[in-house]
Amino acid sequence: MDPRAKLPESEEGTVLFNTDPIVIKDHYEIDYRHSYAQDSPFFAGLARGKLMGSHCQGCGRRYATPRGHCMECGSATTWCELPHEGRVHTYTTCYYGSESFLKETPYTLILVEFTGVDTLFLSRLVGAAPEEVSIGLKVRARFLRNCKFKVTDVYFVSA
Amino acid sequence: MRPVYMISGGITKFVKAQPHKDFRLMVREAYDYALADLPGLTPETIDGSVCSYFSDHFTRQVMAGAMVQDYLGLNPKPSRRVEGGGATGGICFQSAWEAVASGRHEVCLAMGFETMSRVNTWKGNEFIALASDTNFDYPLGGFYTGYYAMMVRRHMHEFGTTVEQMAKVAVKNHGNALHNPFAQSPAMLTVDEVRSAPMVATPLTVLDCCTMSDGAAVAILASEEAASALGGTPVRITGIGSGSDAMRLADRPHSEVLILPHENPEDYEGLRFPGVHSFRGGRMAARSAYRMAGITDPGTDLDFVELHDAFTSSEIQTCEDLGLCRYGEGGSYIDSGASFLPNLNYGLKFSGSEQWRPVPVNPSGGLLACGHPIGATGLMQAVFAFWQLQGSLAKHLGNSMLQLPEPRRGLIHSHAGTGTTITVTIMERV
Ligand SMILES: [Zn+2]
Repeated sequence: MDPRAKLPESEEGTVLFNTDPIVIKDHYEIDYRHSYAQDSPFFAGLARGKLMGSHCQGCGRRYATPRGHCMECGSATTWCELPHEGRVHTYTTCYYGSESFLKETPYTLILVEFTGVDTLFLSRLVGAAPEEVSIGLKVRARFLRNCKFKVTDVYFVSA
Repeated sequence: MRPVYMISGGITKFVKAQPHKDFRLMVREAYDYALADLPGLTPETIDGSVCSYFSDHFTRQVMAGAMVQDYLGLNPKPSRRVEGGGATGGICFQSAWEAVASGRHEVCLAMGFETMSRVNTWKGNEFIALASDTNFDYPLGGFYTGYYAMMVRRHMHEFGTTVEQMAKVAVKNHGNALHNPFAQSPAMLTVDEVRSAPMVATPLTVLDCCTMSDGAAVAILASEEAASALGGTPVRITGIGSGSDAMRLADRPHSEVLILPHENPEDYEGLRFPGVHSFRGGRMAARSAYRMAGITDPGTDLDFVELHDAFTSSEIQTCEDLGLCRYGEGGSYIDSGASFLPNLNYGLKFSGSEQWRPVPVNPSGGLLACGHPIGATGLMQAVFAFWQLQGSLAKHLGNSMLQLPEPRRGLIHSHAGTGTTITVTIMERV
């Protein structure tokens, strides 16, 4: 045993915001291995320029945002392709946002409704000024050429 | 199930940032307030606790509830944490109710907090937006105000609700808070000021939205036996309800309205429900709580309501869910002045409609003006309702401007997500 043992010192300091009380900068960051699991075919579809929804094999409901099991009857769903044209069900233009999206403001969010589909799809509307957007506006899906395997690979423009 | 009473409560002042106190000390202050308010109540009489805080991200401490428990000196008594987004405080209150109603505890402490100032506002918005589907919703903008903005845009489309009507909610709640020293942002506002404030997400301006806060609140619940042994002025909890809906707005059904006892299905012919304009979970919560409390017409049977007005729009939508007015009437309801305190001057002209009995909504100032430290919010509502029913607001607020004459029955409403989890609790004067 060494009673004179010492921890090595380092040159790193701490960012201090305040001394009364002491408020320090505490950094936190993490990379996940995030699996889309049973929803993966939706994201694979984006890469092929397809919008994939779910079709309930029990009650026949069609979901614009995919889900492996039906919310109403609980049956398993199969994949179905959605139309690329729909209408704005509701909308907003965001002038602020979460930190990661602040640089993208202002951006317009829409919930899209498709004929023959029972639920909606959340997306961005691009190429329209805030005052040009209205409920019922016909919109058309476009896809990023360089797929990121994110839901933002698809976006909408006026049809 | 046996009767349950609220016997004491305490809150800290809600503020933007409270860096001198961590979450343990904030809860401690609210707890000490509650103990001091009921002399018979000592730590020994408390059988266990339920702790509520929303986000491990804000706290940067997992199992923070356990740290509060030891800070209050309540080890080794049972304690657990509950979480349900913005409704976390309401769920905490109902969990404590369950502990007493089931006979597990004679006296149960419900304690909640949030320390949201530890990150900047936009990072905070990011944490909150993690309570939306992280695959399909969050990547689009990760912004709750945006989700609520889309909901109210549809409400405006369905029912003709206006931004001026929404602004009146802000005028009312900030105005009420002028008489509430616990509130974070009391203010005398005008409709013009609300509308000309910076736009956050059309049509919601910054004054249509509540702020982030640091704060804590506690509510102490007891059995009838314990309540009468401990003395004071207990308030009885007579109705408990909760409901839920799909996390993703996009998935909400467009189906038939859930009817309350005083409504008829014919009232709503052609209306698709809840769509994205209404909160089905809130309707469900109200329906169960009303059934339990024997309420058949909320507009007649309730004397006041403390509801989750994270946005002005959600107050209008929630008044409809709770059946204070019918679906589609939320805008005219606020215009009528029925939800304002009759003794205060808001600088507004009301429509003169006497269709609805006056039922003050958010006499405390609500989330818009009191602040919204998420895990504490639902308990803050319980404390204000408790004091209101006790008739003790003058003692706690230092003035009696918000005290209703002889209130008999009040409702508290706690809400999460874009309506994914909602609790409704009815409290009555004994
Ligand atoms: Zn089905």
